[in-house]
Amino acid sequence: MMTNMATKTKTKTKKKITRPIKVTPPTAAQADSLVLLKQLSEAVAVSGDEGAVRKIIREAVTNLADEVSVDAMGNLFAIKHAASSRAPRVLVTAHLDEIGFMIVGEGKDGLHSFEAVGGIDDRILLGKPLWVGADKINGVIGFKPIHLVKPNERSTVVKIDSLKVDVGANRSVKAGDRATFATPFVDLGFTVRGKALDDRAGCAVLVEILRGKYPVELIAAFTVQEEVGLRGAKVAGYTAEPDAAIVIDCTPANDLPSQDDEVENSHYNTKLGHGAAIYSFDRGTVSDKRLIKHLATTAESKRIPYQHRQPGGGGTDAGAIHLTRGGVPSVSISVPGRYLHSPAALVSKDDFYNTAKLVRAALENWSPKVLKR
Amino acid sequence: MDLLSHLKTLVSAPGLSAHEDPIRNLIREAWAPLTDEFGGDKLGSLWATKHGTSKAPRKKIMLVAHMDAIGLMVRRVHQGFLYVTQIGGVDARVMPGQPVYVHGKETLQGVVASTPPHLLSASDREKAVQLDDLIIDVGLPAEEVSRLVKVGDLISYGQLPFEMQGDLLVAKSLDNRASVAAVTACLDALKDRPHRWDVVAVATAQEEITYGGAYASAFGVRPDLAIVIDVTHGSMPGIPEHKTSPVGEGPTIGWGPNLHPKVFKALSDLASQNEIPFKIEVMPMHSGTDAFAVQVSAEGIACGLISIPLRYMHTPVETVSLKDIHRAGRLMAEYILTLNDETLNGLMLD
Repeated sequence: MMTNMATKTKTKTKKKITRPIKVTPPTAAQADSLVLLKQLSEAVAVSGDEGAVRKIIREAVTNLADEVSVDAMGNLFAIKHAASSRAPRVLVTAHLDEIGFMIVGEGKDGLHSFEAVGGIDDRILLGKPLWVGADKINGVIGFKPIHLVKPNERSTVVKIDSLKVDVGANRSVKAGDRATFATPFVDLGFTVRGKALDDRAGCAVLVEILRGKYPVELIAAFTVQEEVGLRGAKVAGYTAEPDAAIVIDCTPANDLPSQDDEVENSHYNTKLGHGAAIYSFDRGTVSDKRLIKHLATTAESKRIPYQHRQPGGGGTDAGAIHLTRGGVPSVSISVPGRYLHSPAALVSKDDFYNTAKLVRAALENWSPKVLKR
Repeated sequence: MDLLSHLKTLVSAPGLSAHEDPIRNLIREAWAPLTDEFGGDKLGSLWATKHGTSKAPRKKIMLVAHMDAIGLMVRRVHQGFLYVTQIGGVDARVMPGQPVYVHGKETLQGVVASTPPHLLSASDREKAVQLDDLIIDVGLPAEEVSRLVKVGDLISYGQLPFEMQGDLLVAKSLDNRASVAAVTACLDALKDRPHRWDVVAVATAQEEITYGGAYASAFGVRPDLAIVIDVTHGSMPGIPEHKTSPVGEGPTIGWGPNLHPKVFKALSDLASQNEIPFKIEVMPMHSGTDAFAVQVSAEGIACGLISIPLRYMHTPVETVSLKDIHRAGRLMAEYILTLNDETLNGLMLD
């Protein structure tokens, strides 16, 4: 007698899903936020050369803030005054700069040497298109064809110093020009794919936050040079002289499954789609536990999805800010992103919207109780 | 003929080896106004015949350009992520960070995963990426992925074409769509010029895996002569100069046991006469092209090989010069115009 195949195996006999998952349409504000994110992602602003992105943001926040200014390093400040002069000063930041490259040697035949600006793994460089210089000239990081690679070479990692940017017959590219991955921004439905989502997602969130009204002196700082050592933040923290700081960045969601079903991935850092990620501690900062509590309880009471980022590596502008002057209680909260510091990262649209929602709510119900010991 | 626009259309289709339908349709559309009848072999190659002016039965020259492209195939769907195997030669080290199209129930856009440096140890960064470890992420919930993608679905490179200064086009699948475009350019050049022999333009299938289309088409067409058009390695640092040819300085003409020495001579003399710059490409054993299959079909077929220099072969950023494609097309057309009743006698080996 034939065994019934459906009941034979112990593993999940899930019903095959045939209908697509329904997506909640975005609100008008969320849709605008996504348009801004696309603009920011496709603009080019490598650490030390943030002008193009600062310009877009300055335009976006001019009518939202009481005061807008730029300092000697290029940090952009947008301040919304509190009604009361005794209101606490809260600094909220996002960084303008992205990882990228600088042309360091002008080769003949349009093949130039280049180096990384910020942390880039050599293994994602091969065969990628670039935008070079202020005019976004098309270039390519080429690679040897597989036919000419010896078998034992296949397991070697090719380092950046043996690669060249190919710009064809263009002769205007010079040493000192910056370059980024040439990635158009794409909406994939549940997620978006683009370059520099670290930290353009944070920047777009901060612009959204500036639309609200708060009982605090809100100092929004769009910082420079985070990727090369939290440089702008050190200065911004000093200038703002805040009572507390919230840093909005983009953090790795390393939540891919392991190939082996038996082994669970326990080093996911954060999970895509599970909400804004609140930091406990990273390589540079132990987040202030009062601020962690305020964010988490706000999220719980407003039913905004959030998660706790696994403690461990990484760092944000909080690393510099919390050590300015006499010290500043700080917390970081990030939009999770897969494949950060690569040509194309993925961010969940819901996580992006919810990060803004959570920080807005946390600022709206700020009170002296937040920092009470 | 707008070569750039035609070429951009050709590279837009996936057309992976043994799944060439999308590209075959585009080629058919392009060749229809330039030829008289269509045919094909049983493995999916496309034949387009332009009749000559001689009395029947006419001699036939076959132009061979493979239309298939390399890519990936889904071998496992696991918790919303895809594991892959290769179709044709893919260097896994080039893949992390690349955009891709996943051809499931719908065409989905995705990316090849990479681990961000923040979470890597120094020793991690020394390990080269292996094909088996590649993961494709389409950014959808796991249930959606299971609904839309299954094992065996194809994945093609998602890189869109762009131009660089110097008449250069950067795109995926220029191996070998650049050659297909050269054949179109040749047919276009022959539009109002009479030639005695029949010209059979063949877009072969499955070159990248088995030369299957070349075997089947050479046998089916049984030409008297064949010219294969493929791409060859463009000069770049890190590769000995003698193994490559500069991009933008003309096509190469192949020399070696896989190719007929008198066809080689006819092509190179013609190129010189017509001031078409070229380089001789020496190939000690086999040519690595469809010529390998065509030469030994049935009683044997005299083959020539014209190649278009291309940098970064088999990566999504292959780079060619549009000038070289025009030149290759023109050289083929000029050769076709010389073919007459004496040609085959002239090719006999003593």
